[in-house]
Parts: sequence; structure tokens; C-alpha cells
Amino acid sequence: MQILNRVPKSVKIKEIIVENDMVKTFVVDFSLGARPGQFVMLWIPRLDEKPISVAMDNGSEMHFTVAAVGPFSNAMHELSVGDFVGVRGPFGTEFECDEGAHIALLAGGYGAAPLYFFAHEAVKKGAKVEFIVGARSADLVLYEERISALDCATVHVSTDDGSKGHHGYNTQVLQELLDAGGIEAVYAVGPEIMMLKGAEAAEAAGAKAFVSVERYMKCGFGVCGNCVVDGTGDPVCLKGPVMPWEEVKKIEDFGKYHRDEFGKKHNF
Amino acid sequence: MADLSVEFLGVKFENPLVLASGILGITGDGMARVIEHGAGGVTTKSLWAKEHKGHPNPTMMGNEHWFINAVGIPDAGPEKAAEELARYRAKTDAPMIFNIVGGMMEGFGEIAEKVAGMGPKIVELNISCPNVKDEFGKPMACSISKSAEVTRLVRSKLDEGGAADAKLVVKLSPNVENIVTIADSVIEAGADGICAINTLGPGMVIDIETAQPVLHNKFGGISGHMLKLLSVALVYQIRAKHKDLPIIGTGGISTGRDAIEMMMAGASLIGMGTAVHFRGPEVFGKVAKEMNDWCDENGVEKITDIIGKVHANT
Ligand SMILES: Cc1cc2nc3c(=O)[nH]c(=O)nc-3n(C[C@H](O)[C@H](O)[C@H](O)COP(=O)(O)OP(=O)(O)OC[C@H]3O[C@@H](n4cnc5c(N)ncnc54)[C@H](O)[C@@H]3O)c2cc1C
Ligand SMILES: Cc1cc2nc3c(=O)[nH]c(=O)nc-3n(C[C@H](O)[C@H](O)[C@H](O)COP(=O)(O)O)c2cc1C
Repeated sequence: MQILNRVPKSVKIKEIIVENDMVKTFVVDFSLGARPGQFVMLWIPRLDEKPISVAMDNGSEMHFTVAAVGPFSNAMHELSVGDFVGVRGPFGTEFECDEGAHIALLAGGYGAAPLYFFAHEAVKKGAKVEFIVGARSADLVLYEERISALDCATVHVSTDDGSKGHHGYNTQVLQELLDAGGIEAVYAVGPEIMMLKGAEAAEAAGAKAFVSVERYMKCGFGVCGNCVVDGTGDPVCLKGPVMPWEEVKKIEDFGKYHRDEFGKKHNF
Repeated sequence: MADLSVEFLGVKFENPLVLASGILGITGDGMARVIEHGAGGVTTKSLWAKEHKGHPNPTMMGNEHWFINAVGIPDAGPEKAAEELARYRAKTDAPMIFNIVGGMMEGFGEIAEKVAGMGPKIVELNISCPNVKDEFGKPMACSISKSAEVTRLVRSKLDEGGAADAKLVVKLSPNVENIVTIADSVIEAGADGICAINTLGPGMVIDIETAQPVLHNKFGGISGHMLKLLSVALVYQIRAKHKDLPIIGTGGISTGRDAIEMMMAGASLIGMGTAVHFRGPEVFGKVAKEMNDWCDENGVEKITDIIGKVHANT
């Protein structure tokens, strides 16, 4: 077990990419050898430290794509090139696929970032990737250009308001692809209900499914117990975030409720 | 196969390894899982009478040598605790030790009253957390008179609340001049056993790139491997004075050999927390196996035979 990187290391932000009004990607000149699906803890001194997925780790630099939703992520958005951010990890499990597999990636919200990293690695293994990106409206669609630039990856956009691509849920696009046949596995990162629907659709179509289970995490390495789920009793920072659907089905709270920093339950 | 079972304050533990308070102990299912991983029992995270907020992150960190934490004991309060207890009970019969904490004196009384209604067999009184000092001042375990007063108060609230049969263990701090005098005072005040020790320090970690303290609370309690040097010595000293005292030896235990050593110093049960950082949640089963192997190799048939063994040679 790797326990060397459980102390934050401060690294300078090299570049900041403004993705849209709510989302920025931070690039650091630093690698933890992370794999797609894994996450790190990002630390802003004297404020907080939060789990963020690895959006790219190419062995020399790492990317983190952060949506501004509250105190910590808003503070991330205030950072400038040259500022320090603390990083530790990588933590958790990764996305994997078979050589040459035909796979569908279902992304909602910032989920497009970790799934882009996965697509980037999967096409190297000869995978054929159907990348479904959902967003509320056209201006919030993430990573579309970068995905299109990958060989053997096709982007399918869906927006809630119909301003781009399919008008409606991205799970409807997934359903059409599954109906067309040939998809061997579905990988989902995004709102929990979306992942639940996507995995159920995959199962019904006889495809494998993998989802990224997110719970309130404090340590990231299985000590604090905050992200332990009901049913299995396992911390998802260790057993997840990426888990096969058969395992996710044993989690009683999946799609129903999650816990806050006190351990109190909140329904989705 | 050696007999690893221990009877502690009238409660049978299948083996002496107990999850220490504050690690993986937030939910009933999480604690039941620790039993599946091979622990003989669990200790809840410290429970408060009312919801209590912990510190922001970073709250804990470590490497292969040391660990430091300042979680600040977050808790959702007794209603959630009762719900989690029910889930735990539905999954396992293994003993659960109720760890309680209070801040000021009244707070300890209130939570004692609340847990009294949950049918506890063993209550562990945490008066030794070094990480809530800004809120509540120096831990009570650092004062002979306060540690006795809080022990007496909790005992009386347990009795009044219908838990007169519950045994009371007081968890002591290593951050005192003489831990034996504190043990004397809480035993005199009605403690049935001692848990030694809580974390050391507090210590500090500074990020040299930014010249910032890394723990949000600046300071945190130190645990992990090197703490064993201290915890073994302190358990030894307490046992030397109080011959048959039931002690939960906690601090830096992560292998079967560590656990045997701690038992020889005088512990009947072994608390393990930071071992989960070093060896994962499966550590309990691994350590139990290592203890069993050691017993087999050394002709020990009952683990209880080694409790306090070093005292015969000193
Ligand atoms: C494994 C994992 C990977 C993640 N990857 C990304 C990512 O790549 N990009 C991104 O923008 N966000 C990601 N998140 C979510 C991110 O951690 C939260 O958005 C962030 O912590 C919000 O903090 P805040 O102070 O800005 O907002 P708050 O107002 O504190 O919280 C907003 C929301 O975030 C959730 N949240 C807050 N703290 C945590 C925590 N410690 N752990 C989990 N959820 C929390 C809350 O439940 C709430 O729903 C990830 C979460 C997990 C668990
Ligand atoms: C992350 C963490 C949280 C802790 N929380 C508590 C707590 O809530 N109550 C308590 O009595 N002790 C708490 N402790 C102290 C442990 O129970 C134990 O006494 C100490 O860590 C030494 O044992 P160890 O080296 O096996 O971890 C905590 C320790 C750690 C590492």
C-alpha cells in the first residue's frame, strides 16, 4: 500500500484554463503518477482541503477541473498562475477497459474531466469511445474540443435546454447507443441519479458498468470513516470512487442519500 | 490455535484487538465491517450530547513513520448514534465500547445521561483529546482534580440513567507529568478501567514551500509507530501500581508482536487506530493471525496468560 504521499505537497499553478463561467482547469508542473478515475486532495492553506478528480496526469503535469460551487471551489477560482496549491494522492481506484473495446462514457457536470483522462488512455489501448457529455446548456458543455481531437472518440452532446445536441437527458443518448448494439461497457461520472440510470440501462442491455461514487471525504485514504457507505461498510475513498456496478448495488445509500461532514444523512 | 479471547470488565471479546476511537467509527455498518475484518470489538467515535463541528481540512496526515491529526471530534449527536448502534447490533454481537466526550463539565454529564439509555456495557470517557483546546481549554486528563470530578459526574449520571451495570473506562493523556497520579485519581473516583493513551503532543507540520502550518488547527495529536515506546511505558507504570486493573493499551500498535508486547506491559485489550493508516482496514485480522502464530511458536495456549507478564521480571 502506498502511504508516502499522505502529506500535502505545495506546487505552483502553471496555467489556468477558463472552461466556462463556472468551471476552470488548473495545470501544475507535477505528477503523482495518477490513473484515470483517481482523485487527489487539493489544499488551500488556512481555508480547506477537498477531493478533486485527476483530469490529466501525463507523467510530468497534472490537470484539475474545478466547478465553483461553494467556499473552497470559489477560492480555487480566485487563484492565479504562480500561486501555490497543496496536492496529495493519488487516492482511490481507476477506470480500466479491455484492449480494443467499444465503450460509452457518460459525463454530467465536471465528470467530463476525469472521463476525458480515461478516454485519452483508452484510445491508446485501441478502444472505440462514445463520449456523451451532458450539460444544462450549450455554454456549459465541457471538454468537447479536446474529446473530438482524440482518434477513435465520438462526442455526443446533450443539453437540458436543447441549445446544443440532443434536447434532454444524456441518459437518453446512452440508451440509443445501447439500443444500436455493440457497447461492451459504460463508464459514468456525474450526478448520482444520472449514474444510477446509466448503469441500469447498461445492465439491461447486457453491458458492464462502472460508476464513480462520491461521498463526503476528509482524509481520502480510509482512516476517518466519513465516506463509509451503508450496506458494505467500506470507505469509498479506498474501494472507490470507481466501482463496478455489481459492487455499487450493494451500497444501500446509492441513489438515495449521502452523509455530510457530521455523518448525518441527506437525501438526493 | 491459541485461545485469543479475553474477558474484559465482564464482557467477552473474541480477541483483544479493538478499533480505537475516532477511526472508521462513524457509522454502524462501518464498525460492523471492522469486526468482519477481524477485530474483537469496536470503540465508537467520541459522542457528544449535541451536534459538534470539527475542524476544516487538512485534519490528518502521515507517512510510513508518523501520523498526526486534529479532526476536532465532529459528531451529529445522540439521535444518530442510537440509529448507528441499532445498525451495528443488527449485524454483529461483538462488543461495542461507547466513547463519550463533553467539552465543559456539564457536557460530559449530558452525554453520560444520553448513552445510559442506549444499554452500554462499557463506556469510555475521553478526557484526553488535545485538539479541542481552543474551544474548551486544557484536557481534563491533565488535572488530578478535574479528572476525578468528571469521572464521578459521569458515573453518577450513568447510575441515574439506568446504566448502573455499565463499566466505566477513562481514557488518559500522555501529556502529563505523571500519568499514574491521574490514574489513581480516576480509579478513586469510580473508574473500573483505564484506556492509555490518547495522542501525544500536540505536534505540528509546516509546509516549507508556503511557510504555512498544514493542519488547519495548526497543532494535532501524534500517533503511530513511535508512540508505542511511550504507550508501553505508561501502561507498564499504571499496571505496576494497580495490579489487576483492566487496561486498554492503545498507541502505536500495528503488528502482532506490538500487541503481545503491550499485553506483557499490562494491557488486557489492545486499541488500534493508526494501524489502519499503515496496513489498511484489514489490519485487525492480520494482527490477530500474527498474535496467534507467535503464541503457537512460543507455547502460549491462552493469550490472557501473558497479561502483565513483564512485571514478574522487573
Ligand atoms: C472523489 C471525488 C472527486 C471529485 N472530483 C471533483 C472534480 O474533479 N471537480 C469538482 O469540481 N469537484 C469534484 N468533487 C466535488 C468537490 O469535492 C466538491 O465540489 C467540493 O468539495 C465543494 O467544496 P466547496 O467548499 O466549494 O463547497 P461546499 O458548499 O462545501 O459543498 C458543495 C457540495 O460539495 C460537496 N462536498 C463538500 N465537501 C466535500 C468533501 N470533502 N467531499 C465530498 N464532497 C464534498 C457537498 O456535499 C455539497 O454538495 C469531487 C468529489 C469527490 C468525492
Ligand atoms: C484520526 C484520529 C482520530 C481520533 N479521534 C479520537 C476520538 O474521537 N476520541 C478519542 O478518544 N481518541 C481519538 N483518537 C485517538 C486514538 O483513539 C488513539 O488513542 C491514538 O491515536 C493512539 O493510538 P494509535 O497509535 O493506535 O492510533 C484519534 C486518533 C486519530 C489518529
